[in-house]
Amino acid sequence: MSGGVLPLPLPHAAPNTAVRVRYAAVVMKVARYQARDVLRSRWLAMYGMFFLAVTEGLLRFTGGDARAILSIASIVLYVVPLVTLVFATVYLYGAREFIELLLAQPVDRRRLFFGLYLGLSVPLAAALLVGVCVPFVAHGFDDPTQRGMLAALLGAGVALTMIFSAIAFCIALWCEDRLKGLGAAIGVWMLCAIVYDGLVMAIVAAFADYPLERAVLALTVANPIDLARVALLLQLDVSALMGYTGAVFQQFLGGALGTLVAAGALSLWIIAPITLGLRAFQRKDF
Amino acid sequence: MIEARGLRKRFGALEVLRGLDLCIARGRVTAIVGPNGAGKTTFIKSVLGLARPDSGMLTFDGAQIGDDDAYRARIGYMPQLARFPEHMTGEELIRLLRDLRDGGTVNQQLVEAFGIQGELRKPLRVLSGGTRQKVNAVAAFLFVPELYVLDEPTAGLDPVSAGILKSRILLERANGSTVLLTSHIMSELDELADDVIYLADGRVRYSGALADLKETMGHRNLERAIAALMVREAAA
Repeated sequence: MSGGVLPLPLPHAAPNTAVRVRYAAVVMKVARYQARDVLRSRWLAMYGMFFLAVTEGLLRFTGGDARAILSIASIVLYVVPLVTLVFATVYLYGAREFIELLLAQPVDRRRLFFGLYLGLSVPLAAALLVGVCVPFVAHGFDDPTQRGMLAALLGAGVALTMIFSAIAFCIALWCEDRLKGLGAAIGVWMLCAIVYDGLVMAIVAAFADYPLERAVLALTVANPIDLARVALLLQLDVSALMGYTGAVFQQFLGGALGTLVAAGALSLWIIAPITLGLRAFQRKDF
Repeated sequence: MIEARGLRKRFGALEVLRGLDLCIARGRVTAIVGPNGAGKTTFIKSVLGLARPDSGMLTFDGAQIGDDDAYRARIGYMPQLARFPEHMTGEELIRLLRDLRDGGTVNQQLVEAFGIQGELRKPLRVLSGGTRQKVNAVAAFLFVPELYVLDEPTAGLDPVSAGILKSRILLERANGSTVLLTSHIMSELDELADDVIYLADGRVRYSGALADLKETMGHRNLERAIAALMVREAAA
């Protein structure tokens, strides 16, 4: 037969029994095949190469590794949400027919959703991790505090990847029109990365006579990028660079507690869009 | 095999299915025809559980189609558009589908008939539209299901490949499978279909044997019989 295309027995008299595969097994199978597809994408390779080049460049030219980590952090906070949103949204619109084919298989939507989610977010996170880590390993740094800082940076980057790929799922599921969806993705990024900070500063300026600490704290928690920045900078212990929200965070919550609260809020930020996306996926008419 | 009673589905302001009543007999090839927007694809998607009807009853082999997903192991689906992840190969797609069905035997006869063994190792992105459609067909015929749901199966296929696919459909029917298909090519349905369901505006306007339709309409060819039906419907 077919030159060994598939090492399978030939037909016939198929067992038309409806066998259901174990829960995690289905999730992992979908995730694995999809991740393999995503990992071969040229865009993903470019994304990884970008972090590789930036990290290598900064390590080479800034001299001090701590400053390098800070610079990488500020790039990660902007680039990860943008690329994750755009890449994931475009991918999902392109995979519409593929998802329909998978939905026509004897698999429930919940498992399929988690499979697709992991298959998309894990490669994105992997590109970030590899891109940032390889230059550090190559330069051989062994200062333990810097290791902690790097771990915090990577943690924040992975959290942002998880958050914004889940938001991309919500956008692609809510919005039938591909162009509108892409617009929404870029809009979400603009809001979180650029407009939000201006808004916070405007509020602070307008209500300068009132005690605003709690309000600003709430505003920080309400924006995942702000939250990740504060969580990261609390870890890096550089209050001078924290901006208004960061200063408030540290004043109120101090080092360890602040980090804990920020990490908890980030976890909530991961869970919320995943839950919304799952609900949309389960209810959608494809 | 499939029965619908008073099936309704609304997308926003548009009522796509307006009380669909129909029966699809086991072991026969049933063609669903009708103008664009008649509700053909929505009905097919309802059978697969991709779309959820707002009201009415829809059963597969006597069991209501709903939350249990196991019945889909008995269906082979060939969607209208053959678009797959770009960097995945045909082999990987087939393996994924097999894994999702917990292994089981895989029917490779169609792969061999199409002669696309080599193509299956290439990324789906580099394949021509026709070859992708062949992969699409192969995916539907892999598991020797009881029911085939084929949405425009020969669209984009060259005449030789379309012939191979049509022979396969007739062979599967001879083996006792049920086939539900849509097509805009009436001569093809003439060749394949035992029964015809004509949909317009979300309702069934005709349902019965192909031969009866031709006789009622006084035409020996399906295209003319359907055209006569459409004219009669428009006048009514």
